[in-house]
Amino acid sequence: MTATTNAPPTSRRSHGEATALPRKRRSLGDLKVAMIFLAPATLGFVVFYIWPTLRGAYLSFTEYSLLQAPNFNGLANYERMVQDSLFWNALVVTVEYVVINIGVQTVLAVGIAMLMYRLTHSITVRAVVLLPYLVANVVVALVWYWMLDFQVGIVNQGLTWLGIDPVAFFGESQWAIPTIAGINVWRHMGYTALLVFAGLQMIPKYVYEAAEVDGSTEWKTFWRITLPLLRPVLVMVLVVTMIGSFQIFDTVAVTTAGGPINATRVIYYYIFERAFTRFDFGYASAMAMVLFAILAVVSLLQLRLLRAKESDLA
Amino acid sequence: MTMSRRTLLKAGFAGLAASAVAGCNNGAAARGEGEVIYWLWDSAQLPMYTECAKVFHEQNPQYTVKIEQYGWNDYWSKLVTGFISETAPDVFTGHSSKYPLFADKGQVLAIDDFVARDNVDLGIYQKGLADRWIGADGKRYGLPKDWDTEVYFYNSALTEAAGISTEQLNSMTWNPQDGGTFEQIVRRLTVDAKGRRGDQPGFDKDNVQVYGLGYADAGGGDGQTSWSWYAAINGWKYSEGEPWGTRFFYGDPKFTETIGWWRGLITKGYMPTYAQAKSGVDVTTSFGAGKYAITPNGSWMLGTYAGLKQVKTKLARLPIGPIGKRMSMMNGLADTIWAGTTRRDASWAWVKFLGSQTAQDIVARAGVVFPAVAASMPAAKAAFAKAGWDVTPFLEPVEAGDVFPYPANPNAADVTAVMTPAMDAVMSFEAEPASLAEANDEVNQILSANA
Repeated sequence: MTATTNAPPTSRRSHGEATALPRKRRSLGDLKVAMIFLAPATLGFVVFYIWPTLRGAYLSFTEYSLLQAPNFNGLANYERMVQDSLFWNALVVTVEYVVINIGVQTVLAVGIAMLMYRLTHSITVRAVVLLPYLVANVVVALVWYWMLDFQVGIVNQGLTWLGIDPVAFFGESQWAIPTIAGINVWRHMGYTALLVFAGLQMIPKYVYEAAEVDGSTEWKTFWRITLPLLRPVLVMVLVVTMIGSFQIFDTVAVTTAGGPINATRVIYYYIFERAFTRFDFGYASAMAMVLFAILAVVSLLQLRLLRAKESDLA
Repeated sequence: MTMSRRTLLKAGFAGLAASAVAGCNNGAAARGEGEVIYWLWDSAQLPMYTECAKVFHEQNPQYTVKIEQYGWNDYWSKLVTGFISETAPDVFTGHSSKYPLFADKGQVLAIDDFVARDNVDLGIYQKGLADRWIGADGKRYGLPKDWDTEVYFYNSALTEAAGISTEQLNSMTWNPQDGGTFEQIVRRLTVDAKGRRGDQPGFDKDNVQVYGLGYADAGGGDGQTSWSWYAAINGWKYSEGEPWGTRFFYGDPKFTETIGWWRGLITKGYMPTYAQAKSGVDVTTSFGAGKYAITPNGSWMLGTYAGLKQVKTKLARLPIGPIGKRMSMMNGLADTIWAGTTRRDASWAWVKFLGSQTAQDIVARAGVVFPAVAASMPAAKAAFAKAGWDVTPFLEPVEAGDVFPYPANPNAADVTAVMTPAMDAVMSFEAEPASLAEANDEVNQILSANA
């Protein structure tokens, strides 16, 4: 679609038949080396991804308490899931988290990327933007847990000075998910911004020059040129971050542990609880399979709807 | 797209590396026949147990012990994955809420034969402790190592400022109607933003500076450090057939009225709302910052409270209730042997040693926990006294026999999964205490389904 072939027909014509053979050999030689380099990763992929996925699929049709052999029980786990109000609650809570997390994060990331692109190309600034992402998830969660403490946290202290009543960020049902989503926005937005920034750099300068000549405003240029041309990168970023977002676990595990009541019992945490504290591995596997299906569908839809393969830069 | 593939590859490598590291853990074949691997979760107890392992090796040169310590949360998931992958430690510290399930699934070794063979004297332990490790199947799964009870930890600067004497604090009464003198004291200790006390005119319950009573959470199904003693002195029992509950009584009016009174303290402003209490790092940190006058807690927390340097902490007895006495939960830990160990004799030798007075004297002298061996208690008392604690309030209920066990059962995790949200809902006023009857039905269904 996009005319980006690197080997123009002219070059082939000029070299002729004779040079075609060594070329082939060289590419085969590459293949061998490539295989050697790929082998460890492929092995890892099969052992740690393919095999567990297949086994998980099998276990989802069994009753399996982890410490005793699995017992085949057909679709019982899936039937149970339909009846399980906690499963549906987990899905709703997770979607709520994903919408807030991805929504806010993407807007902020594009904003930061634009600022970096327009104002500074400083490596230091890029490094600083990335800093939160370099801190381990659990550490970030714990630090915010302390800072947002109702009674001794610095954030509520600040709110009080401003004359605002302190907020029970993790304790109030309606605040818990937005709080956790916000923490992860803080951690991830720099990383996402860098990805978007890389996308911005791929947009050719002449398009902007043309816009300027036509008298387009900054605002118009952003909506009419930057955003449309950024789309392939944004789709990739959205797919990757959204899959990650659905898998929210660690922040919940070290702060609210699913509470208050069931307000933050996200699907991953619920699966973990079922599997590792209640030893209900069959049921947990079934839920994991459903989550897998949901993620696959969501990703496909995103790629389709946003025409990821095409660029408007044709 | 290349990005995600790269990430996958990286993850694959990371996975390989992690498994290589994990593979080194507890290689049964790689280590000597007499080497026992022992796990515990409390880092504060690591030095004492290292000392124990040294003495044990001196007494039994054919055996050595390698100690590994993991934090409470990692501990249990690591242990379970160890069971599955057959790399669990030979001996590990067990908890009453966890071992029944492990016993049920055949993962811990019954030690009756060893106990009989070596004529182990079970009479040396605090009354009732050894029997706590007899499972629902009648078999013995561990020798007790320590025990714990609950008391009130209070900020003595705040009680003095309120004019409340030590005698008053140690002779509190309680009832589910008006909370007795206990509630009067809690009310007096509560101070609003303008410095008015809970029992003074104009007290602003929506703007409280110091709460009279703190709590960590709604207590779930056991209420160990939150409500267990109120319910007990109100004449309530967790279940039929304690501690191996076959039918629970969370719907009993004696229980629901207790919880109703307890959450009433929130309405009155003497306790923070559930959201506020939960939106915090933990109750001891807030206590350390002077936000609570009294927090109930267990004896294992003495070290943590001693570390709160901004406040002076003292201990007070639990209150006397309608049944005419004080009661405390008494729980404890024991050392248990993994059923899959290839070193049974060495493991038993270590467990037997840890259950002996020699080992428990070492533990006692460190002043971290109360040893299970009664004769080791004076050493522990002295060690705690040296650290400035008068631990009498912990010991009295045990000496008087006024204790009740932790509600153990093999379905503890399922029961917790029902009771924790149910209690949370009541404490956050999203459900009435009477709704606990439904949760109770659910608990009993779980028990009968798995019976």
